[in-house]
Amino acid sequence: MAVAFLLLPLAGLVREAPWTSIGQELTSPGVLLALRLSLVCSVGALALSAVIGVPLAFVLARSEFQGKNLVRALTTLPMVLPPVVGGVALLLAFGRKGLAGAWLERTFGLTLPFTTLGAVLAEAFVAMPFLVITTEAGLRAMDRRFEDAAATLGAGRWTSFRRVTLPIVAPSLGAGAALCWARALGEFGATITFAGNLPGTTQTMPLAVYLALESDTDAAIALSLVLLAVSLVVLVVLRDRWFPTA
Amino acid sequence: MHRRARVPALLLLVALLAAACGGNDQPGSGSGGRASSSKLTVFAAASLTKAFEATRDGFQKEHPGVSVTFNFAGSQALATQIQQGAPADVFASADQKNMTKVADLVGAPRVFAQNVLEIVVAKGNPKEIRSLGDLARKDLIVVLAGPEVPAGRYAAEALAKQGVTVKPKSLEDNVKGVVNKVALGSADAGIVYATDVTAAGDEVEGVEIPSDQNVTATYPIAVVKASKNQQLAQAWVDHVASGAGQAFLKDAGFLPPE
Repeated sequence: MAVAFLLLPLAGLVREAPWTSIGQELTSPGVLLALRLSLVCSVGALALSAVIGVPLAFVLARSEFQGKNLVRALTTLPMVLPPVVGGVALLLAFGRKGLAGAWLERTFGLTLPFTTLGAVLAEAFVAMPFLVITTEAGLRAMDRRFEDAAATLGAGRWTSFRRVTLPIVAPSLGAGAALCWARALGEFGATITFAGNLPGTTQTMPLAVYLALESDTDAAIALSLVLLAVSLVVLVVLRDRWFPTA
Repeated sequence: MHRRARVPALLLLVALLAAACGGNDQPGSGSGGRASSSKLTVFAAASLTKAFEATRDGFQKEHPGVSVTFNFAGSQALATQIQQGAPADVFASADQKNMTKVADLVGAPRVFAQNVLEIVVAKGNPKEIRSLGDLARKDLIVVLAGPEVPAGRYAAEALAKQGVTVKPKSLEDNVKGVVNKVALGSADAGIVYATDVTAAGDEVEGVEIPSDQNVTATYPIAVVKASKNQQLAQAWVDHVASGAGQAFLKDAGFLPPE
């Protein structure tokens, strides 16, 4: 029964797809625009998540400090927070009248709502935890004696990190990155609330699907199929992590 | 729990649940006295939020045992939901186009109100916006309702009439989204209905659009054919189109149907 529950919606999507006109739908300018924007934003979100998330993963895996549990809870929060709530929170922090947003506008003339950067920020907010948690797990599981050995052989910290640590955690990092990217690609609630909706600037694919549903169902289904295909690819790539075969 | 006591306990629970779900007959419920006739689901354009909510109490007093539930959203979203079989009893749209979209699914529509557009700006109008032409200014963040939303279409019509080109920073899914963005300070201005400016009270300010530049919105309402509460649905339509509901619409700033 659980399988039917999971399979039926997907089967419905495939069945209702406008197979004859799908080529046309997928190459229409609006759809291509949303596709390209989604790719740009999700990769941007992944990059942002990696830059601030990987150091965080290290800190969580390796150091002990007061308030560590709080930091860990904070990191996991966006995973359980309803995305639209995340969007509202981002607005209150980074909107033009927000805590940080007002300062950003005053100092740098930078406004985040209604910009592609805002969309990237919204996606990073919800997707970063996936990268951090997975990388942290990989770091914890790693045998630190390799790093010790490298040190005794005269490797500096950066060299040791580059040539010993990184290669060992690469699989976890890769899996975390894939999850982070997929989550960023699918983000809707935070994006539409914080970044707004403008084709070419902030209308990512999930937003395009939602709006297309109100006027052009065929386009909505075509876009949905693309996102479904992407999800399946991620699943296949990560199958060894989720369905261990060894 | 002791094994022997479990079965009777379960049976008691099931019996209680059955009793709760079963006999729902409420005295004097609208039309017919059956459980299904005591709930009315009204799908209405977002701009009707305050007016419809205000008139609900009066209607429920006139029809004891009836509870009215609203689904407020962009008319285009509601029309699509009805096409997909959503359980609406009544549909009130902000334009004829979306009513026509579901023409074969509803009874004969009736115009029950009209509305005009107004520019909504932040309290105090700090950016000194005075006219539709000002919205083209490069230093402003303008937000509009999307082209599929009635408010968005009317706004586009008004702007085109004046030859003003606006580059909106976001296209909202319904007119309340535009009001919210301005109220939150994210946007400097937007084009909404005059009733929306009134409804938002102190949070925003309105800049009137002169009538020769303005667009009149007509609001049709109709009973959904698939409704299981035809009589009650018709009662709501009558209440809103000619009964006590008209006073609440007027209070909210709507114009009477012509």
